[in-house]
Amino acid sequence: MLGLTQKDFLLLLVVVVLTLLAPIILNPFPVNSSLGQSFNAGYPALMQRFAIFGILVIGFNILFGLTGYLSFGHAAFLGVGSYAAVWMFKLLSFNIIPAIVLSVIVAGLFSIVIGYVSLRRSGIYFSILTLAFAQMSYALAYSVLTPLTNGETGLQVYPSDPQYLAAEGAPSAPHVFGLPMAESTTVYFGDWQFTFEIGYYLCALMLILAFYLSIRIFRSPFGMMLRAIKSNQTRMNYTGLNTKPYMLWAFIISGMYAGLAGGLLAAMDPLTGAERMYWTASGEIVVMAILGGVGTLIGPVVGSGVIKYLENIVSKINDNVLHGAFNALPDGLENVIIKIIHPFVGEGWQLTLGLLFMVVVIFLPGGLVQGGQRLGALFSRRSRNATAADRDAARQKPAE
Amino acid sequence: MDAIILQILNGLDKGSAYALIALGLTLIFGTLGVVNFAHGALFMIGAFCAVTMQRLLTLSHTVIDPSQTDFLGNPLQTKVPYLASVFGTEGAQALITWSVPLSIILVIPVMLFVGWAMERGLIKHFYKRPHADQILVTFGLAIVLQEIIRAIYGANPIQSPAPPMFSGSIDIGEYLGFQANAIVYPIWRLVYFAFSAVIIAAVFAFLQFTTFGMVVRAGMADRETVGMLGIDIDKRFTLMFGLAAAVAGLAGAMYAPIVSPNYHMGMDFLVLSFVVVVVGGMGSLPGAVFAGFLLGILQGFASMNEVKAVLPGIDQIVIYLVAIIILLTRPRGLMGRAGVMED
Repeated sequence: MLGLTQKDFLLLLVVVVLTLLAPIILNPFPVNSSLGQSFNAGYPALMQRFAIFGILVIGFNILFGLTGYLSFGHAAFLGVGSYAAVWMFKLLSFNIIPAIVLSVIVAGLFSIVIGYVSLRRSGIYFSILTLAFAQMSYALAYSVLTPLTNGETGLQVYPSDPQYLAAEGAPSAPHVFGLPMAESTTVYFGDWQFTFEIGYYLCALMLILAFYLSIRIFRSPFGMMLRAIKSNQTRMNYTGLNTKPYMLWAFIISGMYAGLAGGLLAAMDPLTGAERMYWTASGEIVVMAILGGVGTLIGPVVGSGVIKYLENIVSKINDNVLHGAFNALPDGLENVIIKIIHPFVGEGWQLTLGLLFMVVVIFLPGGLVQGGQRLGALFSRRSRNATAADRDAARQKPAE
Repeated sequence: MDAIILQILNGLDKGSAYALIALGLTLIFGTLGVVNFAHGALFMIGAFCAVTMQRLLTLSHTVIDPSQTDFLGNPLQTKVPYLASVFGTEGAQALITWSVPLSIILVIPVMLFVGWAMERGLIKHFYKRPHADQILVTFGLAIVLQEIIRAIYGANPIQSPAPPMFSGSIDIGEYLGFQANAIVYPIWRLVYFAFSAVIIAAVFAFLQFTTFGMVVRAGMADRETVGMLGIDIDKRFTLMFGLAAAVAGLAGAMYAPIVSPNYHMGMDFLVLSFVVVVVGGMGSLPGAVFAGFLLGILQGFASMNEVKAVLPGIDQIVIYLVAIIILLTRPRGLMGRAGVMED
């Protein structure tokens, strides 16, 4: 189906169903219960972030997962895409289609330049080159390029902007041909409340397209070539093959994915700032990819989802929520448990993230996806010998 | 001319922080072959050692003085540092104002231990894994260390002043024959430069003139042969990791009066010191020191108004620009040996 093998098609189907039903799946608790207020993740602003960062990390994975080149400056493309989209809002209209198209193109051009230079080196030097370029973009966006980027204030749309193509009566917020992104319908189902928003479904559609494209790239001869480069670039060169164009294409595709994500971020909220390009933002992308599982198809989506969930949900948990959750225990025990958990939630969510990340890097080089595969192998009904063989195979060739 | 000297001073003082961190990074890379992204966090922990020293010295107990009352009519309570019972009130005050230099005696054992624990507990298991994995795990460790510090000390920068003797500025211009007030420079920054020069000299002397240093240098050149000679090189390399951590910690502790310690100062320095290491040459100790000062001075000159008028924004990007040019034209760095990490 759609040029995919049956297994890949099933995977795509799972992703499609999960993204389309996310507003329902992510709202497992009644809206007014204390559990619902702390753990429900099915509100549009967060789901959009799941989808957008999913796209971003899928793109990053095409570069890092397939070729093994670790780019530490990927946030620069995201930032450039966002700036391009907001400029389109300022000049043309709030219609997001030209904005997203331009953000992908601009990010693509930008990645041609950076990729052409950075790919002359490999290994840690490549990481540091991309890092240096990203930091330069960040510093320039803050200082000299202020006419283009509006410096520290951040680029946003003002009523005085020309908007040459804006139609009469069009909404004064990002929209798709008149349908505002923020428009939503809310469905009540007993105590449960589900919100379906146009903006989210646009992002979901993009995520599905991005995911489909990444499957096709993974299974194509081009993807095979990238994997060959990862396993032994020198040997590829000795066989008389010029690996440079393949690497550059991988870099550009990955940059365009980031540009798309940046354009979508701007479409959700039409303002952007240079901090999106800071190197810790690039680090976050790397963390997401590793956490989910580098080189796997579904890993990037899992990784970005887990981190955005931690960021938005765990950071909301405070002592009151904990007292509510452990109410059933005796007081002394309750206080001890809360004291132990306290540093890891609320403001300390990054501590949880850092620890989780370290555990994954140390014990599960294939990320959470590999963890899931191992668990699956543990519980599968196959004979123990087969499972052991499976595990050996996974160890040699972690996840995929 | 005075402006140029001022910028050179600025560069020396920034450069000494870069050089100290880069020296530690290079020690770790040269001995153990590990790319340590947590080195910025070690710098930050050093700075917080200075804060801790300040808090330790000001630990006090409350004394109730029944003969006086405060404005509510209660007996007056005054806080007296424990130190006062040993050194007298004035002695205690003097010690407290000297808390930053005194923190050196706290930093060295703490950082040696942190470095040792890091190497034995975590990094040891990553020697056989690719550089990318080492970067990732130390990056994770940096996040964890940074968040632990934030959980303990809070998110706000903590003032930690220099001793009053060094806290003002001096007019260097007068000594050099310029007009008065032409070159006024904070004294502590000069002290910092002198301090880092001493530390750098000490590290080099340690490696050059002691038997231990000789073995370590031999191990850097050819680890296997040294091992075959019956020397437990791993143990010495672990100690070098501790030493590198201590150097970063000292750099951080003495930097506390210049930038008030905050939990993300390590990340801010990390990228720059990495660039310094690459420019100097991976694994080259003199290269790291030289590149540190060079980039510091370049940054100083780039922030002169005359330069900025010609090339706007150059002060923000000059370091990265230099790094990119070096990496593309001479990937082994300014003073790197041929064939070391040259791909």
